[in-house]
Amino acid sequence: MAMTGHSIWVRASHWVMAISVMTLMLSGFVILMAHPRLYWGAVGNDLTPALVELPISRNYWHRGWTPSVAFFPGAASPVSAERTYDIFNQNGWARSLHFLAAWFLVSTGAFYAVAAIFSGHFWRDLRPRAVELAPRRLWESLSRHAYSAMTPGPPYNPLQKCAYLAVVFIALPLMALTGMTMSPTITAAYPGLLEFFGGSQSARTLHFGIFVLLALFLIGHLVLTILSGFKRQLRAMTLGT
Amino acid sequence: MEKSELFTTRRSIITGLASMGGIMLGGCSKELPPTYGNILRMGDLLTYQARRLLLPAHALVKEYDRHQISSMPATGTTNPADSGQAAYKAELGPVYERLMRGGFAEWGLSIEGRVDRPGIYTLADLKRFPSRTQITKHSCEEGWSSIAEWTGVSLRRVLESAGIQPSARFVNFHPYDENPDGIDMLDAMHPQTILAYGMNGRDLPISHGAPLRVRVETQMGYKSVKFLHRIVVKNEFDDMGKVGLIQSGWSWYAGI
Repeated sequence: MAMTGHSIWVRASHWVMAISVMTLMLSGFVILMAHPRLYWGAVGNDLTPALVELPISRNYWHRGWTPSVAFFPGAASPVSAERTYDIFNQNGWARSLHFLAAWFLVSTGAFYAVAAIFSGHFWRDLRPRAVELAPRRLWESLSRHAYSAMTPGPPYNPLQKCAYLAVVFIALPLMALTGMTMSPTITAAYPGLLEFFGGSQSARTLHFGIFVLLALFLIGHLVLTILSGFKRQLRAMTLGT
Repeated sequence: MEKSELFTTRRSIITGLASMGGIMLGGCSKELPPTYGNILRMGDLLTYQARRLLLPAHALVKEYDRHQISSMPATGTTNPADSGQAAYKAELGPVYERLMRGGFAEWGLSIEGRVDRPGIYTLADLKRFPSRTQITKHSCEEGWSSIAEWTGVSLRRVLESAGIQPSARFVNFHPYDENPDGIDMLDAMHPQTILAYGMNGRDLPISHGAPLRVRVETQMGYKSVKFLHRIVVKNEFDDMGKVGLIQSGWSWYAGI
């Protein structure tokens, strides 16, 4: 079967990004476990309402708070309370590991994006043609023997193209931007990030939402790799043959 | 004022350039935060250096309106006199208890190290400086945030009044509990870095760090050390001994 295979820089950046993304997902999950509540807007904490609270650590719905004390007169006043509960918190290493992996992902991702555009990989193999975006063609990618026809490397089917483009050029950049919107130093220099995402807690919630989408992509990616011949795909992405 | 501004900027550029190589050698140098040969600490150092190289030194964090003030949990140590708390410091807990009973009238902040005029500042002394009030967002590393109004005195103003020396590089905060921490001169000279004695229009509550806490608005909440006892200005990085967050694996630099 004729195939072009993966070029060396695609293989190298694939694996650096794969390890970085796995590390980011694991450390990110551990970070979320410390405060498994999501909010919208600039602020959100245990004393304000959450959009959702996830049952993923012993911190879920813990009631370890002293009675609330109001800051101002009046019933609508914001309050304070002291935490008396010993929360799960492994953010010391988890945060540092998250940012270390983020450095690898951002630098490799930027290298990949530039190399893809200048080598022609983007224009030749990834850019869907208008005709490929017709619903019928996209549906065909899902149907019958689409996955068994997936040979390693290009040419990709229309859904593959859309998925790879969405991950590399939309989801991962949004992850970096929503991540940076949680940083007090970066938002001081670029306050537009807070405006754009509607506040650091909105950015945190979006960061989690895109994580879920990326996790779904990863599952689909692994399933399709297995269905289309795991050994052959693995060899193509490592040895290039 | 102007002279030290230039000095800070120039030093930060030199430090930034010099330490690009130091990203790998940081473990050998006391000029820089620790790496301890640990890959996580090297990542922290890379983030720290990138911030100094790529971002403006004194960009101001967003300030909010009074109606945006939110509820705010008190976490970590909420009373240094309570021996049941995780970061209780046996030598200072009872001292804090006595000061607290006296309404902090006997309290004083010691400023030491690389300053020409080390000394003790009472609350009255600090309140004689021009005050600064700012409504800012507190970002906790756990993931939550809150907005509060803080009133205090610019750390820069206090350090300049104590005669900060040109060799000064780091400012360390020693509280009445076991959570000492520190910042570099860039953040210490930031216009929004204040020593806060008021919160939401009243005296700083015990649980939020009475009688005085620092507000480091450019970093995560844990850098805004509560219950201040001493400020020590250093010419080299100091991990502040066997206790505290750095020793437990927390990044010294927490701007992200």
